[in-house]
Amino acid sequence: MYSGINISQTDARPMYLQILEQIRARVAAGDWPPGRELPSIRALAAALNVSVITIKRAYLDLENEGVIVTRHGKGSFVADVNGLAGELQDARLEAHLTEVATLGRQLGLSEEDLAARLRRALKDLDKK
Amino acid sequence: MNGKHIEMHGVRKNYRFFTLDDLNLELEPGQILGFVGPNGAGKSTTLRLVMGMIAPDAGEIRVLGHAIPAEQAIAKRDVGFVSADMRLLPHATLGWHMQFMKSIYPEWDGGYATTLVKRFNLRPEQNARSLSLGEHVKASLLLALARRPRLLILDEPTTGLDPVARHEVISEFMDVLRDERRSILFSSHNTVDVERISDSITFIDRGRIVESSNKEDFLDRWRRIQVQLPPGAMLPELPNIVGRVTDGQFVTLTTNQYSEGMRALVGPHVRDIQRMTLEEIFVANVMHHREARGQ
Repeated sequence: MYSGINISQTDARPMYLQILEQIRARVAAGDWPPGRELPSIRALAAALNVSVITIKRAYLDLENEGVIVTRHGKGSFVADVNGLAGELQDARLEAHLTEVATLGRQLGLSEEDLAARLRRALKDLDKK
Repeated sequence: MNGKHIEMHGVRKNYRFFTLDDLNLELEPGQILGFVGPNGAGKSTTLRLVMGMIAPDAGEIRVLGHAIPAEQAIAKRDVGFVSADMRLLPHATLGWHMQFMKSIYPEWDGGYATTLVKRFNLRPEQNARSLSLGEHVKASLLLALARRPRLLILDEPTTGLDPVARHEVISEFMDVLRDERRSILFSSHNTVDVERISDSITFIDRGRIVESSNKEDFLDRWRRIQVQLPPGAMLPELPNIVGRVTDGQFVTLTTNQYSEGMRALVGPHVRDIQRMTLEEIFVANVMHHREARGQ
């Protein structure tokens, strides 16, 4: 049922982080809407063949980020915060922009050069 | 009963050429404990001690709350044990073995046994003698699993299995753990399996426990730090470095207590900080341990 979540042995990131990021992506995309119940820790562990402690760690971090809430004895749910998906997307954009800015500086691009490159990327996207 | 499923405290077992000493092991319900060590480290001996098949020379062992070996008969009603040197009767069929288990264990789950026969792709009418190594392992696991014991003790359960069979078997272990009152202790030198499904891990080498920890802690604490030192530059004194290899300007450090502060401590010469696989941690840990003991 949750076979869409993959764990790669060649991915340098730890397993809990791979799981966390794939759940976060589903929430960000709106596939897992607010209020949706997450699989129980033991059910997801069994589905992914990954230890219970690894899933626990992923859920705990998602809880700390405010992506999910856990009600004791009832399970975990996608957080019911308005615009959470939007916020997550925004955080991703922010991270990418920082990277772009860093790379731009390393390559010695001016502010105007960078802006031009972004405009070109937008145009390419429209053509597709 | 909410007690620990396995407790070993200060256990010692002497042999002429080998001593198992100061053995401490704990397993909580709902957990998988991976027991990892090189050949001859004492893994099988430890599991036999837990099963009451041999008596310790010192120390205390409790399984499901019962003293071992004194109360092993009661404890073992709820323990399933599989090891590679256990053989099915060669001239009896798998079906005969299943009937036999059913007649001894009232908890035998016939429906689950039938499901496992299908999942493991076995044939009940086949003689044990003609089973391949992998089929033999799967048949033994089936006989233990279908009793639905609270505690499973498995000695190298995935050794000799091809990747598909390993996947089938591991899925079955994880299915057992859906029930948080059950637990598994398994020994292996396949660190990939251990890394994936264990909640806690114990390393053993030359009859001694090297380290015991929950898996996430293990993976979090160990790091390889690669440094490039320009000529004349010196590395500051660093705590918790268990390995150090120098090759010209390039130094590779291994730490077992990584924290974010360490990057700043090493200074501007850090090229990369890498996480380590359980296998790498295991080898580094054993080497460090042997050095510390002067072996």
